[in-house]
Amino acid sequence: MEKTKKGWGHYFSEYAAFIALLLLAVVLCCISKEFRDVGNLLNLMRQATFNGLIAFGMTCVILSDGIDLSVGSTFALSAIIAAEMIVSGLPAGLAICAALVVGTALGAVSGVLVTKGRLQPFIATLITMTAYRGFALIITDGKPISKLASSIESEFGAALFAGLGKGALKLGFIRVPVPVIIFLVSLAVFWFMLTKTTFGRKIYATGSNIKCANLVGVNTTKTKIIVYAISGFMAALAGLIMISRVNSAQATLGQGYELDAIAAVALGGTSMSGGRGKILGTFAGVLIIAVLNNGMNIMGINTYYQSVVKAVVILIAVLADHKR
Amino acid sequence: MNIEMKGIDKSFGSNQVLKNAGFLLKDGEIHALMGENGAGKSTLMKILTGVYTKDAGTIWVDGKEVSFKNPQEAEKAGIVFIYQELNVLFDLTVEENLFIGKELTKGFGICNKKAMRAKAREMMDKLGVKIPVTATMSDLSVGQQQMVEICKALMADAKVIIMDEPTAALTVSETRVLFDVIRNLQAKGVSIVYISHRMEEIFELCDRITVLRDGEYVGTENIQDIDLDHVVQMMIGRAIGERFPKRNVTVGDEVLRVEGLSSGKLFHDVSFDVKAGEVVGVSGLMGAGRTEIMNAIFGNIHLDSGKIFMNGKEVKIKNPRQAIAAGIGFITEDRKTEGLLLEKSIAENIEITNLPKVANGFVLNKPKQRAVVKKGIEDFHIKCFGPDHECNNLSGGNQQKVVLAKWIYTEPKLLILDEPTRGVDIGAKKEIYTIINEMTAKGVAVIMVSSELPEVLGMSDRIVVVHEGRVTGILNAAEADQAKVMTLATGGSL
Ligand SMILES: Nc1ncnc2c1ncn2[C@@H]1O[C@H](COP(=O)(O)OP(=O)(O)OP(=O)(O)O)[C@@H](O)[C@H]1O
Ligand SMILES: [Mg+2]
Repeated sequence: MEKTKKGWGHYFSEYAAFIALLLLAVVLCCISKEFRDVGNLLNLMRQATFNGLIAFGMTCVILSDGIDLSVGSTFALSAIIAAEMIVSGLPAGLAICAALVVGTALGAVSGVLVTKGRLQPFIATLITMTAYRGFALIITDGKPISKLASSIESEFGAALFAGLGKGALKLGFIRVPVPVIIFLVSLAVFWFMLTKTTFGRKIYATGSNIKCANLVGVNTTKTKIIVYAISGFMAALAGLIMISRVNSAQATLGQGYELDAIAAVALGGTSMSGGRGKILGTFAGVLIIAVLNNGMNIMGINTYYQSVVKAVVILIAVLADHKR
Repeated sequence: MNIEMKGIDKSFGSNQVLKNAGFLLKDGEIHALMGENGAGKSTLMKILTGVYTKDAGTIWVDGKEVSFKNPQEAEKAGIVFIYQELNVLFDLTVEENLFIGKELTKGFGICNKKAMRAKAREMMDKLGVKIPVTATMSDLSVGQQQMVEICKALMADAKVIIMDEPTAALTVSETRVLFDVIRNLQAKGVSIVYISHRMEEIFELCDRITVLRDGEYVGTENIQDIDLDHVVQMMIGRAIGERFPKRNVTVGDEVLRVEGLSSGKLFHDVSFDVKAGEVVGVSGLMGAGRTEIMNAIFGNIHLDSGKIFMNGKEVKIKNPRQAIAAGIGFITEDRKTEGLLLEKSIAENIEITNLPKVANGFVLNKPKQRAVVKKGIEDFHIKCFGPDHECNNLSGGNQQKVVLAKWIYTEPKLLILDEPTRGVDIGAKKEIYTIINEMTAKGVAVIMVSSELPEVLGMSDRIVVVHEGRVTGILNAAEADQAKVMTLATGGSL
């Protein structure tokens, strides 16, 4: 019942996710030479990008007292639309823009179902999740679309498309992969949006008490639709990076990604009932999952066991959070 | 049962809310616990019942030292707390609520519905109230829900019942019923701790009174020995003078006029107007449709027919945003569920209503944010650690001040106040009245819905009386009195 204001305990719970991440990383660095290699760490960040981008969007949705199960399907469907446009000879830039617009629209549809359709977010996005996966299968007829890069005619287009997932920028000694840069820039943008803008305030207000938010003049319907649209945009962005990396696309892409994203948000200490949470927490949550995956792979732990370990870590983190 | 609390200290973080607080409850008495908002009344009672743990001090029950670890333990010992915010399960029926966690069974966990129903009816009869035990909680009035809580306390064989502002949401007649029940309980030897900010009630009902100020014990008196001024003096350490400050405002042009507002079964053919600098009180029984009319003007309830005029021009208001754009501010009756983002800070609550004022375009501006919030806390004397104080942990009256503060800076032309002083202490009430007067001096038109008749009579220039969704009369302050308002409010005519 009680709550102490700003003691050590306060800081501890505020940054619990970062402390856990730090501990985990330090332990792994100590026991594994491979893990602490700079190349491996950058690789780890790059792997984290997909979940990270999706989890940022998911954080906003959950903060507004919603949930978005459709992100994995949106990831696939927007990627496939880009891929189809590329193999049919359309400019890569156009394909990329189209995929982002489609992703945003797909997200907005979930938002409309939740607000205007008055469906529970879980049900609404379960519906869109199923539907978008279905569309992806219909468009591709279940077959993979491959050799994307070589289908692009213009040199610039090819470079743009390949750069998205495979490129790197030289910063001093290290070559930072483009996905990692996108990841970090997104983090900054989301942090700014949630902490420094009026729209951020509206998201928190909507998730905290929707009745009150409405009465003080927040357009909660609009806020929610935008939040789902953001989530869709981020899923599409992640999907584009994915197809650029693997140079092919198929309808089964991104299956189960929604769960990893939700796990990262929960690890980061965001309340599942909305109104409370931080994007930096989600960032830490994403990295925890990535470090676990990477570390266990390096140590050669059987993938079946990896799932169990992940589950245990999430359980501990969420329980610790409840103790606040 | 005798209860003595002595030397109780309690801090939340670095904020000490109780210092050497104490209290002595005698067998079978009705004991008022008084103090300003945030004085620590609720906290002291929560310590007694094991919701919070004390930092220092001793509690004796019938001479034996006790320290309850949780409310269940206190309940076993016969001490039950009926909270300011009722603790009922709205989706369940009355009998299910009464027996929650203590179901009568036929063994093997199978509920004995018949026995429970019979027992529930018996308890209701004992209390002398008529509430169908099969009704769903959410269909009952607040007063009836409260009776169910009292009934639950009796079933736990309570010797002491603590009531924290029980009449705040009751109608006049429900209050009468509650008082009868309380006196009835007293006759059976149950002691009552009664917390309320309604002075009239204290003098009518209680035997003795204990006052806390800033978390400290001030004194205990027999009610016969003191008067209102004395109590106020004890509570705030000085006299407050006139309860309703005088207003010298020349009433200006019409700001709001509504004509023939109707909405389903809620209200019908409602017409009235409010002028600049005027306070129009709206009186009526609980459930008469006053809140619904206000919600409709604010665009929060759909109107079937009727017209709304602002400054003589007809406006279409379909949602709260349009109402705000038209220059209306609305302080809702229920601060917990509608008025506040409870889990957010004072700053965030004030800012969300004033986003254009605290931001440059989309981007929040720290100095502007600070300025508005600081002004709010200072102007309204909100008792808190600072702007980051979570509203959840504010005392009831201070929460109400936050709700007021967040609207004032939007500079509305019309301010609708629905029960603005519910749960607010007598000093803060006067502050709120003063703020209302300052607003009217600036030419703001004010509608004040209130169930406290003295307040409506003391503050209004005109009084609109509502009965079962219809306006039954509009009285000028000069001609209005308690009897006339009550007659109109109960459907009579003058
Ligand atoms: N859980 C909590 N954490 C931090 N501060 C708290 C908490 N509960 C109460 N307080 C603070 O303790 C003080 C006393 O609060 P309390 O609720 O006991 O006042 P009260 O006398 O019941 O007032 P009211 O008449 O307004 O209900 C207030 O200043 C409040 O902000
Ligand atoms: Mg209280």
